[in-house]
Amino acid sequence: MSFMKKEYYQKIMDLIPEKSRVLDLGCGNGDLLKTLISKKNCYGYGVDMDFHNIKGCIKRGISVFQGNINEGLQEFRDKSFDVVLLSQTLQEVYDPVYVLLEMLRVGKKGIVTFPNFGHWHVRMNMIFKGFSPKTKSLPYEWYNTPNIRVVTIKDFRHLCKQKKITICDEIPLSKNTLFPWKIPLSFSNLLSQQGLFVLEKR
Amino acid sequence: MTKQKTYTCFEKTPLVLESGKTLASITLAYHSYGKLNSDKSNVILVCHALTGDANALEWWNSFIGPNKAIDTSRYFVICINAIGGCKGSTGPASINPKTKKAYGKTFPVITIGDIVKSHKALIDHLGIQTIQMVIGGSMGGMMALEWAVHYPDLVKSCVPIAATARVSPLAIAFDAVGRDAVSVAGPDKGLAVARKLGHITYLSEQSMDQKFGRNLQDKDSYGYDFGVDFQIESYLNHQGEKFVTHFDANSYLYLTKAVSYFDLAQKYGSLERAFAAITAKFLVISITSDWLYTPKQSKEIVRSLMKLNKDVTYVEVDSYYGHDAFLIENDALFDIIKVFLETQT
Repeated sequence: MSFMKKEYYQKIMDLIPEKSRVLDLGCGNGDLLKTLISKKNCYGYGVDMDFHNIKGCIKRGISVFQGNINEGLQEFRDKSFDVVLLSQTLQEVYDPVYVLLEMLRVGKKGIVTFPNFGHWHVRMNMIFKGFSPKTKSLPYEWYNTPNIRVVTIKDFRHLCKQKKITICDEIPLSKNTLFPWKIPLSFSNLLSQQGLFVLEKR
Repeated sequence: MTKQKTYTCFEKTPLVLESGKTLASITLAYHSYGKLNSDKSNVILVCHALTGDANALEWWNSFIGPNKAIDTSRYFVICINAIGGCKGSTGPASINPKTKKAYGKTFPVITIGDIVKSHKALIDHLGIQTIQMVIGGSMGGMMALEWAVHYPDLVKSCVPIAATARVSPLAIAFDAVGRDAVSVAGPDKGLAVARKLGHITYLSEQSMDQKFGRNLQDKDSYGYDFGVDFQIESYLNHQGEKFVTHFDANSYLYLTKAVSYFDLAQKYGSLERAFAAITAKFLVISITSDWLYTPKQSKEIVRSLMKLNKDVTYVEVDSYYGHDAFLIENDALFDIIKVFLETQT
């Protein structure tokens, strides 16, 4: 596991209380859920579109729904999960507002992480090279990127305000070890490679 | 090759069917593979499709065997022929012990639930109190569902493939026309037509196009008559002709009727009520191009289970083979069933 991934997992783990019921939207091969189940005694359920990811989940003993996130959410009752995770998936979703509102209907809390397109590196690239954002964590060309929603941390805060979503916590994530945990929120849109938000909607 | 075994049950007290009628002295034909362990905890029950039989090793060869997805070196695999059929278990062609004549159409109409109930007698007879997994495709998937619903304490996991909890009007329509063909054209010609019609529903537009296209059969140009022109016609004729040599027309009537009646929501009031007592872990598998028992219908099962917070995994196998993919799409199904089963014990 890479340092970034390990740190990222740890951040999310810290935010999720023991024995929580966790729904992971875009759960990949179930790695994160598996960790939550084994280390925090959580109950985990996943949703993913990719057959090979589904196979990975089954291999890890995790129950999972193969389908898109919208489909996977519909049948869950209000507040039937303690936490709904949307990890590195928001930027790939066609209707992010619907997904956000649905995840906060189904979950008591939502945890959303996404690559921050407001990061200085992305901005520099744009200004000096004139190409669409392409970095190590966003390594795609404009024509093949799955990231159809270009979103910054500032954009996201704005949307939450608009939709009356409460931001309970906001944790900037950066690989830059100069600011390991201490990026002030006022600079996080510039300095964080990832946005991590804990959300609630009453 | 294993030998087909039989077990006769309901000799003293007849089986009370869902229709209210009874069926006495039922013979069940079955095959088993592998060894039953000492605590009888390694049982996998395989349920066959409409026209299948108990010799699962024959028709699901790529899945069942030593070190295969359903590993016979670890599991005791058992497959029982459906009553109403004609492959060894009691059906319309069997002799009615009361009249000493074949039942024919005096055989009572049965349901999927009745088939499962009859099979339970053999499971009891073998002293089996835990079924690790019940699995089946198509009608076999319906039987698997019925097992998990009806015997929640017995079934540990349930894998319905290309199945539905409520047979759709489209499927009922095809089966009804198939039965009409048998009544109008008789047990040979009629059954062949019914099989051809059924076979179309097991394929998909793409699989037919891929396999046959508009290719002509043994000719270079149209015949401008009503003989066989196209390969697809010839293929269906072959399927029809082959089928009547080994399947009883009455069995076709009874089994398709059983399928048409299959509706767990109707039987229990709603799917949620049907599934309420379920304890089995579910793996529901659909085929993307299956238009007979569609992915949407599989998802209906999944959603009802999700609503009840039951343990359910849903997988869609991407295949253009249509409904028949559950017998054909080996790699994807093999992998999924294998990894699922490995996490069960």
